Amino acid sequence: MNWRYLLPYAAILALAAATAWYLHGASLPVLDPKGPVGAAELRVMIITVLLCAIVVVPVFILLFYFAWKYRAGNTATHVDHSPDWDHDNWVAETIWWLVPAAIIAFLAVLAWQSSYALDPYKPLASAAPPLTVQVVALDWKWLFIYPEQGIASVNLVEFPADVPVHFELTADAPMNSFWVPSLGGQIMVMPGMETQLNLMASGVGDFSGSSANISGDGFSGMAFTARAVTQSEFDAWVQSAKDAARPLTLDAYDALAKPSSYDPVSLYAAPDENLFETIIDRVMMPADGAMDMNNDMNMDMPSMPGMDMHSMDMRMPMPVTTAP
Amino acid sequence: MNWAALIFGKLSWSVFPDNPIALGGAAFMVCCALLVLALITYAGRWKWLWSQWLTSLDPKRIGVMYIAVSGVMLVRGGIDALLMRAQQATSVGASDGILAANHFQQIFSAHGSIMIFFVAMGFMFGIVNLVLPLQIGSRDVAFPFLNSLSFWLFASGAVLINLSLILGDFSTAGWLAYPPLSELAYSPTTGVDYWLWSLQISGLGSLLAGLNFLITIIKMRAAGMTPMRMPVFVWSVAGSMSLVVFAFPILTATLALLALDRTLGMHFFTAGGGGNMMMYVNLIWAWGHPEVYILILPAFGIFSEVVPVFSGKKLAGYFSMVLSIWAIVFLSFLVWLHHFFTMGAEADVNAFFGIMTAVIAIPTGVKIFNWLFTMYRGRIRFYTPMLWFMGFVVLFTLGGVAGVVLAEPPADYQLHNSLFLVAHFHTMIVSGVLFGYFAGITYWLPKIFGFRLDESLGRKAFWCWLFGFILAFGPLYILGFMGATRRLDHYAAGLGWQPLFIVAGIGVLIIALGFAFQVAQLVRSIRQRRTALDTTGDPWDGRTLEWSTASPPPAHNFAVLPTVHSLDAFWAAKQEGTPADVRYEDIHMPKNTGAGIVIAGFVFLFGFGVVWHMWWLAIFGIAGAFISALVRTFAEDTEYVLSAAEVEAQEKARGRAPALMPL
Repeated sequence: MNWRYLLPYAAILALAAATAWYLHGASLPVLDPKGPVGAAELRVMIITVLLCAIVVVPVFILLFYFAWKYRAGNTATHVDHSPDWDHDNWVAETIWWLVPAAIIAFLAVLAWQSSYALDPYKPLASAAPPLTVQVVALDWKWLFIYPEQGIASVNLVEFPADVPVHFELTADAPMNSFWVPSLGGQIMVMPGMETQLNLMASGVGDFSGSSANISGDGFSGMAFTARAVTQSEFDAWVQSAKDAARPLTLDAYDALAKPSSYDPVSLYAAPDENLFETIIDRVMMPADGAMDMNNDMNMDMPSMPGMDMHSMDMRMPMPVTTAP
Repeated sequence: MNWAALIFGKLSWSVFPDNPIALGGAAFMVCCALLVLALITYAGRWKWLWSQWLTSLDPKRIGVMYIAVSGVMLVRGGIDALLMRAQQATSVGASDGILAANHFQQIFSAHGSIMIFFVAMGFMFGIVNLVLPLQIGSRDVAFPFLNSLSFWLFASGAVLINLSLILGDFSTAGWLAYPPLSELAYSPTTGVDYWLWSLQISGLGSLLAGLNFLITIIKMRAAGMTPMRMPVFVWSVAGSMSLVVFAFPILTATLALLALDRTLGMHFFTAGGGGNMMMYVNLIWAWGHPEVYILILPAFGIFSEVVPVFSGKKLAGYFSMVLSIWAIVFLSFLVWLHHFFTMGAEADVNAFFGIMTAVIAIPTGVKIFNWLFTMYRGRIRFYTPMLWFMGFVVLFTLGGVAGVVLAEPPADYQLHNSLFLVAHFHTMIVSGVLFGYFAGITYWLPKIFGFRLDESLGRKAFWCWLFGFILAFGPLYILGFMGATRRLDHYAAGLGWQPLFIVAGIGVLIIALGFAFQVAQLVRSIRQRRTALDTTGDPWDGRTLEWSTASPPPAHNFAVLPTVHSLDAFWAAKQEGTPADVRYEDIHMPKNTGAGIVIAGFVFLFGFGVVWHMWWLAIFGIAGAFISALVRTFAEDTEYVLSAAEVEAQEKARGRAPALMPL
């Protein structure tokens, strides 16, 4: 046997060993979730991989077995060689249509059920009432508004552990995607639209978050911290923000919204009432006169009956306008 | 009136690159181009190049030119990849790495655009040009001139996208340029315009080529080649070209709408003003997902030729293979939304598209089983095409599992836009598309050039690509689980990502070594071609019609058009003995013409004019293209006739002796 045949296998083994050594102790938040959403999403991944293995393992075995056994150099199998053999065999053919189809059928059920169960808009089951946090992706930082607490923060979202957090998200910037891998999956964050996401931490801790969608020069500096604390720590944090921080008036917001990245954590008190809705409205109707809607488009959005600009939701159909 | 702006549009002295790396790239490219021009002049090859190659309407030569352009573009895209990994390996914590954020973003946008539009598409159309007419027993494609025009539009797009290295900048909005980032408000420079118009021009070429090959398959098959006697490669090209014909108009329209936004201040996809960015994202993926199958189906077709020939056996499950191609064609239009499950759509929308995506794994799995059972009871010769196949099955299957995982919407929520996703689609496109095309090029170049490629260097190239790939993309799967997103030019030190980025960078270097081996393989094979001549026209003991003619084939492919009586027609003919009765006929062939270059050149001027707002040049370009197309349309003297006597004399002179393609 030629030792060179073993070289690829040795290389693969060495790679696997090096990988295992490196991963020992590494932080893999997707595989080590700290909340029920991330845990359920990981479960979907694992079930899928195991079901796929039913097909993949035989494929690997057959590939190498056939390649070895029927190599031209192996004269022992030449008697088997039949150039026109087409396994004219509907049974075999049917098997390799049906086996993958059966697996995909299982996966389809999984996709359907898990899409509903893990719908990012779906409130999480919990005895505790949810905390609402409004998220605005800015160039290039995250603004978190706590409408119930009357505070706001930049690049830090703090919340009590074991309490569902209901995020409402929009952007005053190009499209972003909000991701805290330790807690669970993403939702896109788009200007002029609102999306929603529900997450919960099962224990206290600091989790890193980021934007997963390119949004311009400072995009890499959009990292933020999601911090799960105890209820009393959270209450103290809210109070400290109220006591010490400046109010987030519309002017203060406009200053904050100017492009910058790698911004340090900062806290604000008393965000402008309806700031979140105002941000969405302003994107929809630029105030800088970039376009005059009344004249150019025969569209008078604010006075249009039946249309509530404050609920321009990703799941709402776009308003249909008609010329007067 | 500002005359300078009227004449030069947005061009000014400040458009040249302003940082050393970009300047170096521009200088390197200019030097390479000048070197090539100087070499051609020194060798006195201009006339030969013009009359034998650039103006040729012979699909075999157009195919070689496609592959040559794509090879050069692969170098460009590869250098981009190396720079990206160099940045990510060095830009951690306090260090900013070697590139500015904006430059890094230009590089990954260029990498993706170039690799898909100018490498993968070019290799694909190149191989189809080389093989398809021969394989269906035809002398040419349905529209020979259109074929040349398609190639030159593709080449114009390639020149335009590379011009952004020298004049101005490139898009920073990623390879699909999602608005509103790609809108004027956030991308005010000409970068996105370069992207738009180079894709628009090459996309037009792709659409024309798609129509041409589809009609070629429908109308130009040899007598007796009923659909169910077509080689599977022909079926796969038929599927792929059907997708081109249906999908590329969507791309054209979408790019046009974005161009209207950017150039004429419209609001299709802007943030505000009534624009809806998600409309763009839907439209671009309604093209973008079929595009993946446009690339992969011909690769499947190549493996369906390579595996039977090197296993010395008929392809297992021909009917299943054909059925699965069309299942994939159909399903590929029903999955586009899986690229943005995280948009916030309702659960039933996500579930539908997730299920449809997973369903595509069924026909794909069937194909893999059929290839495996083609090997069963075969007599397998492990030439390099077969190695590429083995590598493909291993990587593609694993990447496919990652794909099925991503097809489950909740799993995608966690992995969307992470490096896991990047690793997944590179696995599919490198191991599926590129490995397939490399197998095809190694398999068919002896037919086109008349000699085999060097095996030993080909093997070295394969092992470098395989292990380079594992090193380059294995770490990316892990980085995705670590929470690393794509397109980061910088990350915090405490995340533990740096060693993996360094390993990934080493992987890219090994892939580059693999490519160097491929170049060396080509050079050595050309230099030593006399030792590996294919004198029989059938170096691999092939099964399909292309192996029945000489290597290289005459311009008219077949002195006598073949008649087909069964699947694997040439194999059957070899088994039964070749018929002796040969009747030569006059052959009508298209004359070479430079019209394709001229029209594409005008279109290039149009593109350049629009990018830089030099409106006189844009009008001149579009008018020139239109008029030269009209002139060509009414040209009458476009054919020549090779009399039956000449054909006979040529064949007698040739005997079975090789006539090398003039290199």
